Amino acid sequence: MLKEIDFLGKRKFAAIFSSLLLLVTIGSLAVQGLKLGIDFTGGTLVEIGYKKAVNLKVMRAGLEAAGINDATVQHFGSSQEVLIRLKPQEGVSNAEISTNVLNAVNVGMAEKGDVRRVEFVGPQVGDELTEDGGLALLYSMFGILIYVAWRFEYKFALGSVAALAHDVLITLGCFSVFQMEFDLTVLAAILAVIGYSLNDTIVVYDRIRENFRLLRKGSSEVIMNASLNQTLSRTLMTSLTTLLVLVALAILGGEIIHNFAIALLIGVVVGTYSSIYVASPLVLALGVSKEDLMVPEVEVEGKEFDMMP
Amino acid sequence: MQNHFPFWKNFLIITVLLVGIVYALPNIFGDDPSVQISASNETKISSAQLNNIESLLKQAAIAVKAVEMQKNKVLVRFNNTDEQMRAADLLRNSIGNKFTVALNLAPATPDWLRSLGAEPMYLGLDLRGGVHFLLEVDMDAALKQAEQRYNDDIRSALRTAKIRYKSVSFDSGAVKVVLRNDKDKQAAIALADTEFRKLNVKVADEQPILYLSISEKEIKEIKKFALAQNITTLRNRVNELGVSEPVIQQQGDNRIVVQLPGVQDTTRAKEILGTTATLEYRKVDTEHDIQRALAGHIPMGSSLYYERDTKTPVLLKRRVIITGDQIVDASSGLDQNGSASVNIVLNGIGAKKMGKFTRDNIGQPMAVVFIEQKSTTHIVNGKKVRRKEQIKEVISIATVRDAFSKRFQTTGLDSSQEARKLALLLRAGALAAPVDIVEERTVGPSLGQDNIDKGVLSVVVGFVLVLIFMAVYYKVFGLIADLALTFNLIVIIAVLSMLQATLTLPGIAGIVLTVGMAVDANVLIFERIKEELKNKQSPQTSIFLGYEKAFATIFDANITTLLVALVLFGFGTGPIKGFAITLAIGILTSMFTAILGSRMLVNWIYGGRRISKLSI
Repeated sequence: MLKEIDFLGKRKFAAIFSSLLLLVTIGSLAVQGLKLGIDFTGGTLVEIGYKKAVNLKVMRAGLEAAGINDATVQHFGSSQEVLIRLKPQEGVSNAEISTNVLNAVNVGMAEKGDVRRVEFVGPQVGDELTEDGGLALLYSMFGILIYVAWRFEYKFALGSVAALAHDVLITLGCFSVFQMEFDLTVLAAILAVIGYSLNDTIVVYDRIRENFRLLRKGSSEVIMNASLNQTLSRTLMTSLTTLLVLVALAILGGEIIHNFAIALLIGVVVGTYSSIYVASPLVLALGVSKEDLMVPEVEVEGKEFDMMP
Repeated sequence: MQNHFPFWKNFLIITVLLVGIVYALPNIFGDDPSVQISASNETKISSAQLNNIESLLKQAAIAVKAVEMQKNKVLVRFNNTDEQMRAADLLRNSIGNKFTVALNLAPATPDWLRSLGAEPMYLGLDLRGGVHFLLEVDMDAALKQAEQRYNDDIRSALRTAKIRYKSVSFDSGAVKVVLRNDKDKQAAIALADTEFRKLNVKVADEQPILYLSISEKEIKEIKKFALAQNITTLRNRVNELGVSEPVIQQQGDNRIVVQLPGVQDTTRAKEILGTTATLEYRKVDTEHDIQRALAGHIPMGSSLYYERDTKTPVLLKRRVIITGDQIVDASSGLDQNGSASVNIVLNGIGAKKMGKFTRDNIGQPMAVVFIEQKSTTHIVNGKKVRRKEQIKEVISIATVRDAFSKRFQTTGLDSSQEARKLALLLRAGALAAPVDIVEERTVGPSLGQDNIDKGVLSVVVGFVLVLIFMAVYYKVFGLIADLALTFNLIVIIAVLSMLQATLTLPGIAGIVLTVGMAVDANVLIFERIKEELKNKQSPQTSIFLGYEKAFATIFDANITTLLVALVLFGFGTGPIKGFAITLAIGILTSMFTAILGSRMLVNWIYGGRRISKLSI
């Protein structure tokens, strides 16, 4: 039989590790921020597919000749596919930009490309999405706080929400540090990370609650450590199966959901770590005791029991 | 007896599974490329027409898979998209002026499934290709128009009531009426009370002046009307474009979502959706000198216009004979000289006005004015600026030779293409207020197919990996979990099909994620069973306790995830919503399949007999 792992004994190292990650995250977010996609910034994006590899220089020249100067032109996925991005333009009607781009690109090209995707987001829509996204994050955290406080206890609610904030921040941090594009699908992934990581945390908490009511002996730390060990194989199994499908999605799902899958991959790994090393130590640090989790009648019984010689 | 389900429970689970299979089944048959021929409001498609279509296709040697007559439309299925395209071109050229010919992807669901109401999931634009527009209605323009209308109405009401006024003009958001004396002022107040109840009336103390402004309530009404009217008009226009299964929906207070599956020519779609082109018929002012008008002395009751081609100035009477609103039907055609024209049909009121005018003005010139409004958002110095352009051009001047009323022809258009566009816009009706495209997403058909292929591949690979992993780790119990997981996937697809939910790429990602997470419930149960075995419980008791104890955990964990899915649904737009729906459905179905479904199998294999070991 496996020896029990002393998770909580290492909580200081975990705290330092998490703090470091959070520092890097906040530093990176403050210095270089997120590379926001056009869903949030507004702008135009055109993806064109060709039968043969294309020369981007010719394409850029075509765009410049048409007076479109600040376009980013790059290959997307393969050398046959080209992605053109434009910031919201000054002084040009924005609905016409995509049409202008398509006309300009075909000048000087041997082959007329196949338009695979056009996205244009007006700046007003982008602002609203950013606001809605932030609100969605806040409201889901708040909903969780209330639900966990009701089902468990407020210390657990604080612990779980802190763990979630930890996961969300670090995932955002990875996107900031590596300057991966943050678009609407990544926002959805971040919200899904909340769901996943919470799922993990709740399973651990549930076992802690059960053991607090069951085991009479032992300090909070011992009981919590036992709970973490009991749920460990489940935590790892579920994370592994989820990671399996996410890897499949990241490799095979195509460019459009690639970042979505990456965000979830990071989130699942961080979420698994945090349910063990962040959520539970925090509850312990908040001074949880058996009494916090006793059902009222049981509490009375328990006290009598304790007073017995 | 331990670990035995009552008959009703087994029956329920198996029923759900069978129903799930039936309703998930339509999704494997795919689509037929097809062409949809639908009639406009007035004409009906007859079976003669059906025969006509069939013989046209036969002549062109285009192979047809099936021809179906549906309510007011004919659906022709083809074996491949080449034949579909050829057929669509052929039909557009031959019968396109009478009927709308649209490309469509018709589900190839067998009849017996369709008779059960089983339909495949609806594919989102990112999977089937098409255009998504978000249009913003220019409400300021709608209000301006309303103010202008009130301005004119007040003027004419005063005239009708024989109240003499000095001036009627705009003054800081209200219509300012200056009257001659106090008696007229009282009469005007009384008039405003009866005729313009929706306006707020403010009376200046000492002077004979009234201010009439639009009330808050009326402003709301005007906005609501503008939005509703625009949606109707856009729907008409989209129908004219010949798009099958378009979506036109209100979003928020001032936005409209338009989704056109299968449309690739976004330039044309934008033109048709965004323009507010219309016609006006006016009498030419022949009494005054045009040179004097050009010098700045424009006579009362007339305005200066220019001809489109020659840019020659013309003086036209301000009073409009008829406007585009009174046109009920318009079609493009050619006049005697072979140049493009639009044939107009007026409604009763319009016909009466036109009849009276032409009777009284035989031998006089009449002008047709083409009006187009454009509203676009520009960014200047980082700020949004809405720019409005109005083009007013005289496209033709003709001498009235005969009295006419209901039907007539208008010429002077540049090309037959423009004639067709104008006819379309006139038929569909005018937009109540200009619209501006604030978001556009186009997905080409090749990318759509790519997305489907990649999405399906990643679901299959992820799914198989999980199946193998579970079977290796949990042995017999792993296989049971695998069956439960398969069951779960079938039920998710069945529920999505039944709800006719739109499947998008993020939706597929949601399914993939659910597959990964759905095994969680089984993992929880199996780990619990292992623990109970370790605690020296008998195998039967371990199974029982494992399911019993894991339930509360599964419940709490899933409810919280469901909570997140609901928030996602509430705040998300398009793609996020799709993800949230599949996630939520996945959570619910996985609870059913992983707890009840797997238990049924466990009971069948191990229940009600003596066992010494579990393969877990």
